[in-house]
Amino acid sequence: MAAHGSPGRKRPKLVAVPVDPATGEKAPRRPRPPAAATPADGAAGADAGAAEAAIGDEPAGPGVSGPGASIGDERLSDVDEWGRSQQLRDLLARFFDPVYDRWLRVEWEGFEKIPTEGGALMVANHAGAIPVDAPSIMHGIERELGRPVYGLADEVFKKMPVVNVAWSRLGGVQAHPDNAYRLLREQQQLVMVFPEGSKGPGKLYSERYRLRRFGRGGFVQIAMRAGVPIIPLAIIGNEETMPIVAKVPALAKALGVPYAPITANMLFGPIGMWVPFPAKMRIRVLDPVRLDVLPDQPRYSRSRIMDTSEAIRHAIQEELYDMLRRRRSVWTG
Amino acid sequence: MGRRVLVTGLGSFWGGRAAQALERDPSVDVIIGLDTTEPTVELERTEYVRCDESYSILSRIVRATQVDTIVHTFLIVDSSAVSSAQMHETNVIGTMNLFAAASQPESRVRNVVVKSSTLVYGSTHADPTWFTEETRRTALPRHRVERSLIEVEGYVRDYAADNPDVSVSVLRFSNVLGEQIVTPTTRALGLPVVPCVFGFDPRLQFVHESDVVRAVMFVLDHDLDGTYNVAGDGLLPWSEVAALCDKRLFPLPPLGQGVAAALLDRVGVDLPPELLDLLRYGRGVDNSRFKRTGFRYKYTTAGAVDAFARSLRLERAIGSADPEYRYERDVETFFRHSSAVVRGRR
Repeated sequence: MAAHGSPGRKRPKLVAVPVDPATGEKAPRRPRPPAAATPADGAAGADAGAAEAAIGDEPAGPGVSGPGASIGDERLSDVDEWGRSQQLRDLLARFFDPVYDRWLRVEWEGFEKIPTEGGALMVANHAGAIPVDAPSIMHGIERELGRPVYGLADEVFKKMPVVNVAWSRLGGVQAHPDNAYRLLREQQQLVMVFPEGSKGPGKLYSERYRLRRFGRGGFVQIAMRAGVPIIPLAIIGNEETMPIVAKVPALAKALGVPYAPITANMLFGPIGMWVPFPAKMRIRVLDPVRLDVLPDQPRYSRSRIMDTSEAIRHAIQEELYDMLRRRRSVWTG
Repeated sequence: MGRRVLVTGLGSFWGGRAAQALERDPSVDVIIGLDTTEPTVELERTEYVRCDESYSILSRIVRATQVDTIVHTFLIVDSSAVSSAQMHETNVIGTMNLFAAASQPESRVRNVVVKSSTLVYGSTHADPTWFTEETRRTALPRHRVERSLIEVEGYVRDYAADNPDVSVSVLRFSNVLGEQIVTPTTRALGLPVVPCVFGFDPRLQFVHESDVVRAVMFVLDHDLDGTYNVAGDGLLPWSEVAALCDKRLFPLPPLGQGVAAALLDRVGVDLPPELLDLLRYGRGVDNSRFKRTGFRYKYTTAGAVDAFARSLRLERAIGSADPEYRYERDVETFFRHSSAVVRGRR
């Protein structure tokens, strides 16, 4: 008995994060922009009116506690303030790499338009009963640029056991305007959002590639407040990965989820519930939309917001039709 | 002329701690402590008055002692400790009467500090990661302790609006950890296995007990006005908090949690509903406004957890982490009133 008991038995699940003795900071496994660890760091930057202040190696000024100012900061995990863990993302990447490369064969056009630094809000069309577009965008960008992507999503995830933890560790963030502002303005991160919400993936296959309403244009308002560009993405292939042939509203209501689909994948038995069809996925990056307004205003013109939102929706829709005109096959592109 | 301070809830952990800190401050002339129970900490020059929450007594005390500062710590934030009716009497009625007494024409009150809690923000699935002092709740308050504290803050706001010349500050403390304080959270972390909700790993924020006392003193020293979140930097997942305390997690079913909590209550594990919410969705508050006033935290969230974990280990080794000081009335009366005691030296 005693011979088998290891002394470290009680901490099996968490792996100690290597701490650089010089700076006291955790060593990231990949190069990533130094994210502001506390809201204060960010708020101080916002005060200065320059968001760069939040991400630079600024000395501990008033209101900012620098390394060493506090006692006992040993961490056992690398979960950040948003709940994201780089280690878990790296772990997932190992499993998702073959899906991305071999199954969906994701191809990007105009990838160079995605900024290597600074905040930006990416918006895309969203489809498939279990949408694979979100992990594909995040995976592609994180692999190529080595910078994290945070995905804003509906609160429904946060209510589901297990799902909420996985979602949050892999970069999902509650779609609250405050969260978006902090990520974009104060921490200058890349943020992804699907303005259609659950209405995108929840539509029937017969309505494929026809964009739903872009919410109330909240994403435009957030980008305006944060002073970051909007980068529209048009994605094809996602509609065919898990087409919805029918919906069961009663079941959705009982489960408390936005939609309960019957998918074509279910023809292939229980495994089809979870596995997408190998449709070729193409992601086209549109020209960044820079919003010519002052950031940090309490309100913006509603008409301006709706015009921009409609223009972006229209641009993505047109781009989708263009990409579909060029597509010879669903499976090989 | 030095300060004359009224500390409500002298018998509570925070009242006692605040009084001790005030005693060390030479600019404080008089410290009067109110409570329904006797103080449990060592006090030198604090005058203890046993009283209830009724208005007549409070107004007489405010008039008679001519206090200029009120430190209002007599607020129950641990709903497992008392009945619903008692909590209402203490928090809501007590606060109402206290501020009624403080706003009478003879009152000399110029400074008020209220020890509130981040419980006023609640904890739901739709919450932002960080609450600022202005962020609105995302759902109506569900638990009586939350409702009660929101009502308390309403009375404080009314008082502040009616008395613009008085500095009124509300400090919203996040969950406190430390060597001595006992809360539902510390009790949960002290169990052989730490309860969690299956499938949830929320991020929590803590503040160290010494930072709490320092925050109260800081507000008094700087005559601060307004509402401030007081919480350590950073958020930690509950699983990591348990691991830092060398504990394993024990998952409770995500459904039928009330039943599970009631069963645990039977075996002496008290998990109040607001803690169960926290173990599902967590809560983070933005502490930058208080930092901008110049306050420096000694502990981050991780630091507070670490300090608590150390005291847990010591407790496991020697039985009790801190040999509790036992209040002895006669001895205390001697120390407070006898002319034989040389005061002002510690």
